[in-house]
Amino acid sequence: MTRHDEGSVPLLEVRGVTKSFGAVAAVAGVSFPLYAGEAHALVGENGAGKSTIVKMLAGVHRPDSGTLLVDGEPVEFATPADAKAAGIAVIYQEPTLFPDLSVAENIVMGRHPRGRLGMIDRAAIRAEAEQLFARLGVRIDPSRPARGLSIADQQIVEIAKALSADARVLIMDEPTAALSLVEVERLFSVARTLRDAGAAIMFISHRFEEITQLCQRVTIMRDGRHVSTDPMAGLTVDEMVRRMVGRELGTLFPKQDVEPGAVVLEVAGLTREGAFRDISFSVRAGEIVAFAGLVGAGRSEVVQAVFGVDQRDAGTVKLNGKRLKPGAPRASMAAGMALVPEDRRQEGLVMDLSIERNVTLPRSRALAKLGFLFGPGERREARRWTERLHTRYRRLGDPVATLSGGNQQKVVLAKWLAMAPKVLIVDEPTRGIDVGTKAEVHRLMSSLAAEGVAVVMVSSELPEVLGMADRVLVMREGRIVAEIPRAGATEDSVMFAAMGQAA
Amino acid sequence: MFGTVFKARESGIVLALVVLIVFTATQNSRFLSGQSIRDILLGTAILAVLAVGQAVVMITRNIDLSVGSVLGLSAFTVGSLLRDNQGLPVIVALLAGLGVGAVCGLLNGVLVRFGQVPALVVTLGTLYAYRGVIYFWAGGQQINADKLPGSFLSFGHDSIAGVPWLVLIAVIVLVVAGIVLRNYRAGRELYAMGSSPQAAELAGIKVGRNTIAAFLVSGGLAGLAGVLFAARFGTIDAAAGNGYELNVVAAAVVGGVAVFGGSGTVWGAGLGALLLTVIGSALAVLDINQFWQQAIVGALILLAIGADRLVAVRVQRALKKRDSHV
Amino acid sequence: MSDKGIRPAWLSRLASWDAAVIVITVLVLVIASGTVENFGTSRNFTFLLLDLLPIALVALPMTFVIVTGEIDLSVASTLGLTSAVMGDLWDKGMTIESIMPLCVVLGAVLGALNGFFVTVLKLPSLAVTIGTLALYRGLAFVVLGDNAVADFPRDYTTWVTGTIGGGPIPNLLIPLMILAVIFGVVLHATPIGRAVFAAGASDQAARFAGIRVGRLKFWLYVVSGAVAGLAGVLWTLRYSSARADNGFGLELAVVAAVLLGGVSIFGGKGTLPGVLAGVVLLGTLQNALRLQDVSNEALNIVTGVLLIISVLLPNIVTRTRARFRRRATV
Repeated sequence: MTRHDEGSVPLLEVRGVTKSFGAVAAVAGVSFPLYAGEAHALVGENGAGKSTIVKMLAGVHRPDSGTLLVDGEPVEFATPADAKAAGIAVIYQEPTLFPDLSVAENIVMGRHPRGRLGMIDRAAIRAEAEQLFARLGVRIDPSRPARGLSIADQQIVEIAKALSADARVLIMDEPTAALSLVEVERLFSVARTLRDAGAAIMFISHRFEEITQLCQRVTIMRDGRHVSTDPMAGLTVDEMVRRMVGRELGTLFPKQDVEPGAVVLEVAGLTREGAFRDISFSVRAGEIVAFAGLVGAGRSEVVQAVFGVDQRDAGTVKLNGKRLKPGAPRASMAAGMALVPEDRRQEGLVMDLSIERNVTLPRSRALAKLGFLFGPGERREARRWTERLHTRYRRLGDPVATLSGGNQQKVVLAKWLAMAPKVLIVDEPTRGIDVGTKAEVHRLMSSLAAEGVAVVMVSSELPEVLGMADRVLVMREGRIVAEIPRAGATEDSVMFAAMGQAA
Repeated sequence: MFGTVFKARESGIVLALVVLIVFTATQNSRFLSGQSIRDILLGTAILAVLAVGQAVVMITRNIDLSVGSVLGLSAFTVGSLLRDNQGLPVIVALLAGLGVGAVCGLLNGVLVRFGQVPALVVTLGTLYAYRGVIYFWAGGQQINADKLPGSFLSFGHDSIAGVPWLVLIAVIVLVVAGIVLRNYRAGRELYAMGSSPQAAELAGIKVGRNTIAAFLVSGGLAGLAGVLFAARFGTIDAAAGNGYELNVVAAAVVGGVAVFGGSGTVWGAGLGALLLTVIGSALAVLDINQFWQQAIVGALILLAIGADRLVAVRVQRALKKRDSHV
Repeated sequence: MSDKGIRPAWLSRLASWDAAVIVITVLVLVIASGTVENFGTSRNFTFLLLDLLPIALVALPMTFVIVTGEIDLSVASTLGLTSAVMGDLWDKGMTIESIMPLCVVLGAVLGALNGFFVTVLKLPSLAVTIGTLALYRGLAFVVLGDNAVADFPRDYTTWVTGTIGGGPIPNLLIPLMILAVIFGVVLHATPIGRAVFAAGASDQAARFAGIRVGRLKFWLYVVSGAVAGLAGVLWTLRYSSARADNGFGLELAVVAAVLLGGVSIFGGKGTLPGVLAGVVLLGTLQNALRLQDVSNEALNIVTGVLLIISVLLPNIVTRTRARFRRRATV
């Protein structure tokens, strides 16, 4: 085991890298070393630029400036193949498997063991997969296709892939988000073995207990910038959070106290096979109700079924006492419901269209005169709402893709606020946007509630949940497992309910 | 379970074949005469060679619509070559056809790869462009059998050990392609690319190079099929192989090659080719309007992709039920 | 591109690709009138417009279909099948006045079948319409075989080939222009048009905005089929001949014209004026070459190559631009 001192050459080093997408600088001037025999945590809020770093190390993106060094030598990864050849294996947040191929073949793709006449050796492939699964302590049939594996199993296969490649550098981008505690423990024991055998590990997670368990060194990022790199030993969790957030938590959430009015939204017995079951809750006018839980607990699926983008198998949704037609977003919109979806780039915005068109898209019928959209009506409407939200842009005709993440989110909000909703559902409202905009979004939600809008918020950021919500509904594995009023909601009570442990 | 899904497709085709053959034979015993079977096998051979190439391309989540035109171009090239050089050995003709096809396929592949353009558009364009080249070159002229060397024509009709040369070549193509796709890295990478292009990129697979290679193979095989076509029919004009792409796509799709890429085998595509050919000759024997052939081809394409879709939905639903721990 | 002031987006789009197409069209017209014998005659002008008509007609709904990110390769076969049915019904003694609307309805039904496969079964439109391309053409031959029906009423056939007041402008141009304006207004200035662009640029985001993408696409296929049916009727009357192989290969010209007109094959981008410019350019080129005694089949080289260039060029331009930008920032 090679615990080394400062000054020894790192296995992999990131030196002053910068990467921009369009107008947005995702990463600016970040440097840190990965040493052999050491696990290194990369922490930061969502959108701090961690995944961009991962993609540069994986050879998916090339840095605009700055260098990557392997064994002290500068390298350029033009393709993922180059990064692989340098001994870097990556486990992504989203599994990247081939659904049509067998699990065993997924593991060895690109470097199949070969036998007679250069043919691939199926027995060896299967044996390798079985051996890896034994080492990981899981039972997955190597000959079944990857299609249909649960997320956790897919993640296991990803880990097996990395193991089989004999990686010198193992990068794990939130591999534990969808895993159970047992599975996490197993993953960690494998990671420790690798680390102690001299590999360098880079680990990204939002769970501090995991980070402190596994890692010896930690790099903190905020808004694409490098904050600090230190040995783990000298850092407390509180200090890490403070550096990540860059501000005191208390000042952040301007929640106004509102006396809740009548029940506006009533959901009863909502069920979709394989996603969630028997979800019932109600929201009053002026109330902010938050859905908390781990990634994959089924929160986004619930709100999408409530809005009607997804079908549901059973249950009812009532708005002001009127039942909504299932699977019909247009009916929900007509009744006064709006959904700001989780994935801004795929679901919230049509990236190629202009800001103006995006803002007015759900309302194009209402804005039409005699069915036609001539004249400045759309533009006026778009200008009104983007200005109300202090959106920064050059021209309303620019594609929305040219805006920064925060301003894109404001366009999504403008799009839905323009229809004056009675129920506003926001799914991860501040994911990947800068701190200033976050505060603005929170203030906006708060003032909407004060105006009597019923707000439903899905959020994975505990401080946001605790700071904004009147009530917290905690989901685990597709069910609501706890309902916690504002007074009783603490990090501990919510997290424990979400992870299924007694407090 | 998954094995059975794919096996089900192939046994389904075999069953359909048996029913069709038995029914047709009871209506008219001429259907099982030596000549009739020979015709079916020769027709299948040409279609199967094309379908194998199409399967290779479709497995990578692409499509090659230009194969009929490539066949025509190759047939006409080889035909005029032999007309002007009567002594040319058959093997040279085969290589020439292969070469013509490979060049056409290479062009398709390069355009798809470097233009980042959907294969559909590129090969729709080259379908007409290659055909146009033949017309430009051939005009109204026709190469007749009496202008071609006898050795070449007998290659189209003779057998070796009871197996017609054309069928032998088709079987070799099938076996080689089947083995490469199943047992070599290159073949497995093609499946991976079609199954998930993004994951293939991340896995370090040389997606661009493989795409070009797939089109090269498809073009080359279409060129080879052109030589077989010339040898079998002996008469070649500028319209040779016109509209063949529909039969080829149908054979592959009916044989279980997924239009979304990532799954299917050349064996299935070969069976699909056999089924289509048998249907064609059954129509003739049963005295049904020959014009039904093309309509049936279209209906089979729709039927096959529709059935694939329904099976996929059912499988997915079953998996969801099983995995749901809620 | 960035500092053109406050020009609306559609205008700056028009200023790039579409303008280039228009300039090239004018160039081709000028060069052809100078060098190609008979090109500049008013008689040829009439023929040119008459040849353009079916392409332009079918290109109108095709623009919508391609902007939503789908494709309809079956239009030429739909045209052929309606032509064959028209001949068959005429032969059986039905009046032309009842045949014509029936043919348009038939086209709509054929389009609805495409729409069903694409939107209800959620199959790729490429594979579906290749299937129906074969199916509809096959059925056309089943209906009419190798025969041709020719004795359509003179009143109709002369009107279809006739010109306004005997001048160079074909009678049919006026209804076509009206249709083009309707399609253009719907695409660029109605909620339906907004939905079409949104659905093409991002299916998912469109659904989250309450757009019923499936229903929208289904009706687009119905319209595409109906218009192809109408084109089948006009084609039959123009050549006074109902044949199963009428319009064979027309889908190439239509798709080429639409893409040439600046519509993105990936969906979400395009203008109807651009498409009309694309149709004119393609038709002019074909006409000029035909006058040079280039055969129809050889002409397909030009159409095929134009098709590829019109998808290739925008991609190459975008990538080159991106490369320059990257270099500038480094």
